[in-house]
Amino acid sequence: MTPQKTAQTEEETEAKVNDDSTESKDGEVPVLRMREALRDAMAEEMRRDEDVFVMGEDVGVFQGAFKVTEGLLDEFGEKRVRDTPISENSIVGTGVGAAMAGLRPIVELMTVNFSLLAFDQIINHAAAIPYMFNGHVRVPMVIRMPGGGGHQLGPTHSHSFEALFLQIPGLLVACPSTPADGKALLKAAIRDENPVIFIEHESLYGIKGEVPEGERVQRFGEAAIRREGTDVTIVGVLKMAHVAEKAAEILEAEHGISAEVIDPRTLRPLDLDTILESVRKTNRAVVVEEGWPHGGVGANLSTLITEQAFDYLDAPIQRVTGADVPMPYSKRLEQAAIPHEENVVEAVLATTEGAFGNRKDRS
Amino acid sequence: MVEIPDRETCLDLLSRMSLIRRFEEEAGRQYQRAKAGGFLHLAIGEEATIVGTTSAMRDDDYLIGTYRTHGHALARGTSADAVMAEIFGREGGTSGGRGGSMHIFDLERRFMGGYGIVGGNLPLAAGLALASQYRDEDTVTVCMFGDGATNTGNFGETMNMAALWGLPVVFLVENNLYGMGTAIDRHSAVTDLSRKAEGYGIAGERIDGMDVLAVRERVAAHIDIARNEGRPTLVEAFTYRYRGHSAADPEVYREKEEVEEWREKDPLVTFAARCEDEGVLTPEDVEKIKAEADETVKAAVEFADASPEPSLESLYDELYVVSETMGWYAVDERSPEPHRGEYGEDAPALAKELAESGAAHAEDEQEEQSRPGVRS
Repeated sequence: MTPQKTAQTEEETEAKVNDDSTESKDGEVPVLRMREALRDAMAEEMRRDEDVFVMGEDVGVFQGAFKVTEGLLDEFGEKRVRDTPISENSIVGTGVGAAMAGLRPIVELMTVNFSLLAFDQIINHAAAIPYMFNGHVRVPMVIRMPGGGGHQLGPTHSHSFEALFLQIPGLLVACPSTPADGKALLKAAIRDENPVIFIEHESLYGIKGEVPEGERVQRFGEAAIRREGTDVTIVGVLKMAHVAEKAAEILEAEHGISAEVIDPRTLRPLDLDTILESVRKTNRAVVVEEGWPHGGVGANLSTLITEQAFDYLDAPIQRVTGADVPMPYSKRLEQAAIPHEENVVEAVLATTEGAFGNRKDRS
Repeated sequence: MVEIPDRETCLDLLSRMSLIRRFEEEAGRQYQRAKAGGFLHLAIGEEATIVGTTSAMRDDDYLIGTYRTHGHALARGTSADAVMAEIFGREGGTSGGRGGSMHIFDLERRFMGGYGIVGGNLPLAAGLALASQYRDEDTVTVCMFGDGATNTGNFGETMNMAALWGLPVVFLVENNLYGMGTAIDRHSAVTDLSRKAEGYGIAGERIDGMDVLAVRERVAAHIDIARNEGRPTLVEAFTYRYRGHSAADPEVYREKEEVEEWREKDPLVTFAARCEDEGVLTPEDVEKIKAEADETVKAAVEFADASPEPSLESLYDELYVVSETMGWYAVDERSPEPHRGEYGEDAPALAKELAESGAAHAEDEQEEQSRPGVRS
């Protein structure tokens, strides 16, 4: 199979996959919180397909540790909204087995840190099985998990593991930053035939945004340009897409710098084309993530940009990352460990001034 | 003692056990000749546990195992050709040479895989059983694993979840007394493994894994509980492997006398003798079964030898289903361009170069036959 993007397939997929039914009857686009948008995605897919079910710790009676599964138990009952024991590896593994038998499980892990207990099932099984059994069986499942800092949950509940999952062949990795994308990407993830790691951000569950009603399914591998600009490209992942936008506003107001902000939306597949196109225009790039610096999303992306757009770069690529420590509890220290807009502004100034090493090294 | 079944059943049981025995002996020989790489785990001695179990299963029941599962696939009816070719890493293998000896798979016969991670298959079994329950089907999942797996977190997690949800699964420990080279009384605080069921509120039973008829009768009873009462159970089949853990095992951890003692209980010899004693089979029947197994295995080696190596172009095949929702997938983002729609024949040049140099190295290695520690 060769999924070349021909004009014809483009049209077809546009019609089916990216069908924006943007307005409700009275012409208003509903505004939802991220957690509601994610819940709606699951509910709609569960109504559409009997094989879709949700399981995880406290997803039913408790309605989700972050209330993402609110109302699902009432609508779908215990068969399809299953509270599990605290057994992460077996929760994921049970999902893998059910998926191999043709069901479409959505597994919720309470935080990304708990996913570490399930790495065997995620990597040795979910990711490997389709390949090691030569495609005779598939693992169509979604593993949802919230991560990220900001709520003083300390060193075992608030890390950012996008880079860990990004590295694993066989997985798809989604990291939505807006309610509209949250819903549309989750619907795509549920319908996809591959195992999908769906990373949510604890601090984004409450944010509000317009979420078009109806069948919007966001295809994976398509970045969103959040803000157009000409002087520098800022790539921001998850909550850092918002931080990058704030930084862009400051850059424009205080420094007269026009920044283009890109939210990759999925890291596997990665829409490298959109990023490279932007870098070829701006000649500068900054990558912002909440995860650790070594082997991180930014490390990967800056390598890809360097390999493929080196001649277009006017300055070294800058990375803004979380601090290279386990997440501390103290509010003061926690905030110091998470990138903020001023850090992004500094990084951009470093690229625009053509200087490097003049920025406080966050790593 | 379990009553002897009819002639047809006895022929079938003995044929399948003989095929496994002969297949494993030959696989070991081919491994010595460097036809197979990696690890090779043989089930010689454990045939009665395997065949007794599969003979109690329906065709639409699921079977899932660990990494000593050539025999499990054969017992389910997978062709010896495909299993041998998988061990050889060839295109004609059950997984096209992607899985190898530890990862045999046959969806058609609902053999849902061998798995290289001890305990890793237990939650998968729960998931298969959950799917049966979810769809209101009366299929049962039989999950086989070694004594060592009963010490893993997955064992506790999965037994609890299966019991809690009333999943139709039979957990079957193939207790061959050693977790690799560590004897059971050195690896498990409770050595009567069937008792581990108690903590999960389910039934556990220890059975004689060297007696194919006993295994068949008791596993049938447990399958019945799973199918008709929707309860999981734990069966501990007492068995023994005559060969080392893998072909790389010098067997310093057990006495020759112990092996000899167990050899007297050889499941093939004892079953054949009983069939003859009770007049169900003749010595000629037994010889014929052995000759047929010989032929099948000889043909399997020829098939595997003739089966082509996987093509270099297939390196990335089956990694993903490239679908509408997925959009596209760049096989290897290190390529200069383009980044979209690269797949199969359009794989980027760099990936191709890597594959080609890899193939050259694979040939070098075969010539050298230099796999440290695995010659025994």
